[in-house]
Amino acid sequence: MAALKIKKGSTKHSAYNLRPNFSDVQETHTLAVNVDNEPGVLARVIGLFSGRGYNIESLTVAEVDHHGHQSRITIVTKGTPQVIEQIKAQLGRIVPVHEVHDLTVEGPAVERELGLFKVTGDGEKRIEALRLAEIFRANVVDSTLQSFVFEITGAPEKIDAFADLMRPLGLVEVARTGVAALSRGAA
Amino acid sequence: MVVQALKDQGVDTVFGYPGGAVLPIYDEIFQQNDIRHILVRHEQGAVHAAEGYARSTGKVGVALVTSGPGATNAVTGLTDALLDSIPIVVLSGQVPTFMIGSDAFQEADTVGITRPCTKHNWLSKETETLSATIHQAFHVARSGRPGPVLVDIPKDVQFASAEYTPPQAIDTNTYKPQLKGDIEAITELVEALEKAERPVFYTGGGVINSGLGASQLLRELVDATNIPITSTLMGLGAYPASGKNWLGMLGMHGLYEANMAMHDCDLMINIGARFDDRITGLISAFSPGSKKAHIDIDPSSINKVIKTDIPIVGDVGHVLEDILKVWKARGRKTNKGAIAKWHEQINDWRAVDCLSFKQEGNTIKPQYALHRLEQLTKDMDRYITTEVGQHQMWAAQYLRFEDPNRWMTSGGLGTMGYGTPASIGVQMAHRDSLVINVAGEASWLMNMQEMGTAVQFRLPVKQFILNNERLGMVRQWQELLHGERYSHSWSEALPDFVKLAEAFGCKGIRCDNPDDLDEAIKEMIAYDGPVIFDCLVEKHENCFPMIPSGKPHNEMLLGEAKTEGAIEAGGAVLV
Repeated sequence: MAALKIKKGSTKHSAYNLRPNFSDVQETHTLAVNVDNEPGVLARVIGLFSGRGYNIESLTVAEVDHHGHQSRITIVTKGTPQVIEQIKAQLGRIVPVHEVHDLTVEGPAVERELGLFKVTGDGEKRIEALRLAEIFRANVVDSTLQSFVFEITGAPEKIDAFADLMRPLGLVEVARTGVAALSRGAA
Repeated sequence: MVVQALKDQGVDTVFGYPGGAVLPIYDEIFQQNDIRHILVRHEQGAVHAAEGYARSTGKVGVALVTSGPGATNAVTGLTDALLDSIPIVVLSGQVPTFMIGSDAFQEADTVGITRPCTKHNWLSKETETLSATIHQAFHVARSGRPGPVLVDIPKDVQFASAEYTPPQAIDTNTYKPQLKGDIEAITELVEALEKAERPVFYTGGGVINSGLGASQLLRELVDATNIPITSTLMGLGAYPASGKNWLGMLGMHGLYEANMAMHDCDLMINIGARFDDRITGLISAFSPGSKKAHIDIDPSSINKVIKTDIPIVGDVGHVLEDILKVWKARGRKTNKGAIAKWHEQINDWRAVDCLSFKQEGNTIKPQYALHRLEQLTKDMDRYITTEVGQHQMWAAQYLRFEDPNRWMTSGGLGTMGYGTPASIGVQMAHRDSLVINVAGEASWLMNMQEMGTAVQFRLPVKQFILNNERLGMVRQWQELLHGERYSHSWSEALPDFVKLAEAFGCKGIRCDNPDDLDEAIKEMIAYDGPVIFDCLVEKHENCFPMIPSGKPHNEMLLGEAKTEGAIEAGGAVLV
């Protein structure tokens, strides 16, 4: 909570934009939440979303500072601007939450996701899958005579596109990590 | 260790109920005299009593419960404290760490169950960090927007010993809400205040939570600017009811002049209130012509419900101090002529006399009962608690509060059964004061077992029950909304309250005649011990004024006439 800089009207340096914006347009925002890595902290965050009826499109969490017991939760959520502001403010209230960054508002950010795709088949389809994987710079991390497992990283849209292409070529199973994101630049 | 930590936090009273998983703590309590333990009759009572203690003193209330059912019984009280921002610490026992997850006897996932109904909670798995966790819990409970916290302590952690950490050694920097408001925004508010023609202060529980200083500053600001002021249910007493700018409570059962002023104002200054749905009525028609400023310590309250033009995040006391400073430095300007006109308009609304009632015949009107209670106790050192329902709204309308921390009621959660244990908590903190629980008979029955607590600890709480043999507010809604089909809103098979009082070992008084009422109330006040006062009142009285669900402030119902069809389909789905 200490690090939450709440400045009226500012969208640049703060997670909060306290100026109202009660538009009905649904926006997708990527939030980075720095939290104490303590038991139950993820349950608090998820409970907030389910309890107040907010959407989670993607969620990733991992410890990022072992000595400082800090974890980073990256949440992609969708809602009207007012709901997005509420989500940020509500996240900020959680005691073990230190910082809430709205990467969508704060400037350009790198968003990456990792996907694993199992594709089975033979003949032309198998060759086509391998050819497309090369174009997408996906790696083959497991292979049998009937199957490949591709590993692909990139923006979520790229992974969606890859999934669409693989589907007619024998896609049988997908695992995705959800989005991890960092702001671009030195700040 | 637990007891030492409580002592170092300045705790003198704990409300609790023992059980297997907290016996080591109870053993420690037995061997000391600094902390008084009040044995309640149900854990819900312990938490409400702690709330009453906290609300009437401004200190943190403490409850101690055992694992499993002890903790689950505390859930209603925790949720109540969360919605009304009351600082309490609940310590719960837990099965030993090596048995957690084994479905042990009286095991429940207490931190899981209480996560959404506390501000924060902890499962303390190591004795080494236990004292630090308890100190942190007190810090979180009282800092920022106050609220309930829970520390779950497994039995083996209670038994083990470790080095004690004093409160001074705790790093509280990890949780430090913003207290000072943004000075730019404060200046913007002062500018708006200087120009406003029809300004109104709309204040809430945040003023009371901010401490006595905040109420003082509020009074100074209101009286210096001559701006009318209304308050939510939770904020009553921050500005005195006898003050010249007082409009009375606003909201669903608020006063006509207060709601009309809110609707027609051109500048609304919200201080520590949260635009609750009981306040706003129909949001799209809420105070359509006004500029709105909102001072709140919790950023999530701002723009949650109502668009705010001037948001100020900060502690009410700090922000009021800065507002006064800036306003004085700029030459103490207000739009005097316009405000005088505004007062004239308000006086016209006041002339409607929305709280008027006619006491006729041999049946006591509930309004009359509260009017007499007010007249006979207003100059006393008095604290009021309430249950939830019609009687609560009448109490808010007819009792007048001159000071903060004198009015304890369940606002946000609307918990029937709150008042009796809360009155016990209040009386514990103020042994020589007059503590009255204004109750309805149905609410009162929900936690009546706590009369045993009152008798055991010689707490002379007065239970003033407005008995209409109905769930009055439910009945009122059924009349207005459900074609007068009174489904299960009758209190059948009621006990004889006088005999019940005798069974508990306290005094029972019954009154059913308006002519006897004054004497009966005087007898209640004079009795040196707990009293159950059964005041038989008019059975079908409705609580007015009322803003029906789905209606704006200026479409209030003022009386019995024209209530049929007052709530349309859109409003009917609202609560």
